[in-house]
Amino acid sequence: MSVTPLLKIEGLKASIDETEILKGIDLEILPGEVHAVMGRNGSGKSTTAHVLMGHPDYEVTNGNVKLDGEDLLEMESYERARAGVFLSFQYPHSVPGLQVGNFLRRSVSAINGEEAAKGPEFRNLLKEGMEQLGLDRSFLARYVNDGFSGGEKKRFEILQMMLIKPKLAILDETDSGLDIDGIRTVAQGVDAAIRGSNSGALIITHYNRILEHVKPDKIHVLIDGKIVKSGGPELANKLEERGYDWIEKEVMANE
Amino acid sequence: MSEDAREAVGDYKAGWHDPENATIRFDYGLSEQVVRDISALKNEPEWMTEIRVKAFHHFMERPMPTWGNMHMLEEIDFDKVCYYLRSSNATEKNWEDVPEDIRNTFERLGIPEAEQKWLSGVTAQYESEAVYHSIREDLEEQGVIFLDMDSGLREYEGIVKEYFCSVVPFSDNKFSALNTAVWSGGSFIYVPSGVHVEMPVQAYFRINAKNMGQFERTLIIADEGSSIHYVEGCTAPTYSTDSLHSAVVELIAMPGAHIRYSTVQNWSANVYNLVTKRGVAHENATIEWIDGNIGSKLTMKYPAVILKGEGSHAEVISVAYSGKGQHQDAGAKIHHLASNTTSKILSKSISKNGGRGSYRGMVTVSPKAENCKVNVVCDALLLDEASRSDTYPTMEVGNSGARCEHEASVSKVSDDQLFYLMSRGHSEEEALALIVNGFFEPFTRELPMEYAVELNQLMSLEMEGSIG
Repeated sequence: MSVTPLLKIEGLKASIDETEILKGIDLEILPGEVHAVMGRNGSGKSTTAHVLMGHPDYEVTNGNVKLDGEDLLEMESYERARAGVFLSFQYPHSVPGLQVGNFLRRSVSAINGEEAAKGPEFRNLLKEGMEQLGLDRSFLARYVNDGFSGGEKKRFEILQMMLIKPKLAILDETDSGLDIDGIRTVAQGVDAAIRGSNSGALIITHYNRILEHVKPDKIHVLIDGKIVKSGGPELANKLEERGYDWIEKEVMANE
Repeated sequence: MSEDAREAVGDYKAGWHDPENATIRFDYGLSEQVVRDISALKNEPEWMTEIRVKAFHHFMERPMPTWGNMHMLEEIDFDKVCYYLRSSNATEKNWEDVPEDIRNTFERLGIPEAEQKWLSGVTAQYESEAVYHSIREDLEEQGVIFLDMDSGLREYEGIVKEYFCSVVPFSDNKFSALNTAVWSGGSFIYVPSGVHVEMPVQAYFRINAKNMGQFERTLIIADEGSSIHYVEGCTAPTYSTDSLHSAVVELIAMPGAHIRYSTVQNWSANVYNLVTKRGVAHENATIEWIDGNIGSKLTMKYPAVILKGEGSHAEVISVAYSGKGQHQDAGAKIHHLASNTTSKILSKSISKNGGRGSYRGMVTVSPKAENCKVNVVCDALLLDEASRSDTYPTMEVGNSGARCEHEASVSKVSDDQLFYLMSRGHSEEEALALIVNGFFEPFTRELPMEYAVELNQLMSLEMEGSIG
């Protein structure tokens, strides 16, 4: 009996202002798997994340995306969130006047239902998450991403992920701008949220560092809007040592 | 309800009206006789009748303001306003004794419930007169006076005579003259020296009749070292014709006293709200205006503080929301007359669907006032291209030792901000409400919790159906 993929992307093409960025992406994540997408700046990594979450600036021109067999592209962003997609933003937006604690409760309630955001269970989860991420209690009274340091923003994204417990977590360069302790904490957060569950994660990154801690099942290399190579964790080491040139050459040779 | 009215009412929740059961209703229009009739009806002392008549003549001679929304002001037809309407013959102390229709209205607005839970006293005004009034016994025992203004005049004529028009002279502006001529209802409060009224007292103003004019008059005196928090709310039915609300509020904070005056104004979109509010702060006293303007067609209101005594402090924290067809022309006025006085103005406005928000502020520092501090912040948030925000700040600083800060910003809701919130499971309308309520948060957090919750719900309702 075959397992329904958690995420199945087929032939996905997307444009912004009539410029095609994604030129046909195929990707499949099974429940419990962690995948990584690597590539240079401008290869379409962040676009992939934004398109999966439904950013209004991008137009999907071809292909389909299914989450647990459900058509994701038909849904609005908030419906995707409620269906189980979570995006950890590279540049999270601030909402002055909206307190972190209030925002967390409301978001968990919107996604997992009112009951999930009430009672001692939620409070414990929140407390543990904050301790794990090294966030002080006073953090709850601050305004969402308003005046946060780069590291605080990333930790806050992970805290949200830990509370929301998504089916599919997409981490868009969550490691960039974090020191090695921060990366380790984020990796622990991902492990706690994904491993041993039916969830999955898609980690978008430039660097090998986070992958040393998260240990992805598969690595995909994105060049010019296409996945040109997929492989196991060893692919990340190879990229770290040799950069992207050799893959580009390989691709050109095959064309 | 007509189509026009339905269009105007939108999500306005307090827009219903009761049948009119007036016990006394004046004909439309204003004349010296109307003014004298109001005074006679109330058995007022001669001096009050005289002030009313003088104020009436001043009103007639005084031209309309030549600033603000002149176009909307010109549309007011003073001949089509009812200047006095009484629906109940007495001001009751028990809700059960209030006529049923009126009681139901205030119950729908949650007033009796609020009284039980978190208030020190309540007055409920319906049309021209207070229909209900109560104060906690322990406060009465401490000598706190909390009455409707008419009873205040009857029972404490000496105090009223001393302070009436002392902060806002009738000749201050056209609408303060109108109010002085035809005033009815409002609150009269006196807090004795050293008494702290811990829980707020509340006044609720309801207009029910069509083409109604409500002209309440409020006078609050906080004696030395005392404190009080007064909150007021107001709503009206939605009609396709306009109503007029023109109040005057005078505050006197004696040395070391603290007065906080909070308003959540939610008139229906057919009410002209032209109000003069001003306080005098004596030595080391504090006056705070917490002023929220959500409803009305046109609001022109600039809560003012005269910092008369050394070391006194003024704060005006205001928000304004302007939707379709609305213009909120609001702001603040502070006059630093004495040394070591400080003031803070925070004004936040949101405009949507072509609504218009204006901040109009004036701060003066007199040459003799040494070492004053002034801080003014105005932020505007525009929700669409059709909406408008203007800022008219004036500062006249006559003393070079004053420290003045002024910041202004205009921002728009960005797609990325909405996307971020939507990615956390919030629909576009919910996301907008989170942004808007966040923007108002520095104001909301100053309100009693019950009011804060209501304001947030109100704004969330306003955001519904706003996404095209």
